[in-house]
Amino acid sequence: MTTPQEKKPAKPERATHRREPEVPVAPAALDERGKALAAILPQVFSGLDVQISAAMDEVVLAAKPQDVPAVCRIAKEDPRLDFDYLRCLSVVDYIERLEVDYHLFSLDKRHKMVVKTSVPPDAANVPTVSGVWRGADWYEREGHDLFGVVFDGHPNLRPLLLYEGFEGHPGRKSFLFHEYDEW
Amino acid sequence: MVNIQTQASNQDSLQAVDMMLNLGPQHPSTHGVFRLVLWLDGERIVRAEPHIGYLHRGSEKLCEREDYTQIITLFDRLDYVANLNGELAFCMAAEKLMGLEVPDRAWYVRSILCELNRIASHMLFYGVYGLDTGAMTPILYGFRERERIVLLFEAVTGARMMHNFIRVGGVKQDLPEDFVQRVNKLTDELKRGIEECDQLLTNSELFLARTKGVGSIDGPTARDYGCTGPVLRASGVKEDVRVSEPYGIYDRFEFGIPVGSNGDCWDRYYIRVEEMRQSLSIIEQAVKQMEPGPIQAKVRRIARPPKGEAYVRTESPRGDFAVFLVSDGGDKPYRVKVRAPSFANLQSITHMLRDAYIADAVVILGSIDIILGEVDR
Repeated sequence: MTTPQEKKPAKPERATHRREPEVPVAPAALDERGKALAAILPQVFSGLDVQISAAMDEVVLAAKPQDVPAVCRIAKEDPRLDFDYLRCLSVVDYIERLEVDYHLFSLDKRHKMVVKTSVPPDAANVPTVSGVWRGADWYEREGHDLFGVVFDGHPNLRPLLLYEGFEGHPGRKSFLFHEYDEW
Repeated sequence: MVNIQTQASNQDSLQAVDMMLNLGPQHPSTHGVFRLVLWLDGERIVRAEPHIGYLHRGSEKLCEREDYTQIITLFDRLDYVANLNGELAFCMAAEKLMGLEVPDRAWYVRSILCELNRIASHMLFYGVYGLDTGAMTPILYGFRERERIVLLFEAVTGARMMHNFIRVGGVKQDLPEDFVQRVNKLTDELKRGIEECDQLLTNSELFLARTKGVGSIDGPTARDYGCTGPVLRASGVKEDVRVSEPYGIYDRFEFGIPVGSNGDCWDRYYIRVEEMRQSLSIIEQAVKQMEPGPIQAKVRRIARPPKGEAYVRTESPRGDFAVFLVSDGGDKPYRVKVRAPSFANLQSITHMLRDAYIADAVVILGSIDIILGEVDR
């Protein structure tokens, strides 16, 4: 005779931690101009080591940091691309790497592209593009201020938004917010 | 004897040096906390060095710890003269990531309010630009017109500024019942008001002398600096985000894009006057087309956009106001980057000020129409 407890099959061990739920990803959908642009990009940048992909409605061109000025120069001066307008230059901190994004737009052809490059956070050196678009000047100073990306060759990398002598890079994820004490 | 010798031996070091003049950051004509260091040779500006950052509040970093509804209040405070345009840009970025279809009526409400805000912002510019050039009266007329718009905003959103009205997926609430009558009355008043303002200042002999041919910037240089909005259009480049990358329902309206030819201060001023007329026309068309309907798409109370990055451009009164939103699938953005039009426009001031007279420095700065809230973020 067995006790009811013994009949019961052994409980499966509960997982010690929950599985992370799947995070949905925003789908990529290029418009007509984007598709046409993505088609000619491999031809234009044939001599350089670049990867072409898409994120939402933007054509993404990933390049090595040292290639960025050459890529930007071609993007601006090649008549098929004609990216005369640097929409934005932003730095994103992905903790293990810093990503520098150059959002480009052509005012005449009305197509757009993002040039991306990644650098390690402890040796964040990217050559400057302030010689390609003069508007890159302040964006690079801002990126240097807030994220500590050193734009090599920039004529004047003094602090722009922060004051002289500010310690640290407040844009980075490792820079913590002030914690407020309740009283 | 000794003295004469010293004078003679110092002759070499007595060369003419440029005088440094510090303007701001608390100077009222810098339109906020902006510091401009000028090097002068007599009355001519040899070199100008702008210093910004006095109003840096870390808005972009703050966005990383607030959820999507809370961030809208931060965007109110970037461009604090055109609050609704800022809100719209952020909400559009979140909507783009989430793939939301915003109801038609919500878009009409947004467009009407944003165009009204553009007029209010340009009216403020009109007034203070009069002050910058030495005319006292325009500020009274500009503020009178702006006040009418602000009162309507108060009736719709509950606040004169810092509305916190546009939501991800729509707007906070429907328009009040008497909105159409009020806005029709308002457009009639504004139409008269704009003409009055135009007659008061635009062709005034003194105003023309202060602004014509001052602070010119040509089209290619303006593009190179990343200038947008009235500053770029004054230089003869026909670029308006509402047309080059139409968003919302702007493809349903007929409106003109004023373009200048000289790129001087007067062109930058007059483009804004003309833009107010075009905005009025958009508002009139929108009020006619608007139909009843839902004002909010279905969004979860705590929005969690999918992983990805969206870049959204909008045409704010100052130019291309864009938001670069990176999401990791959480309820807070991973990174928000604000591309503020004033930030890029202000860079070109070093070019505009070169070889200008010191007396024109404030006139040139005023013509860019900077808002330090969005320059420093």
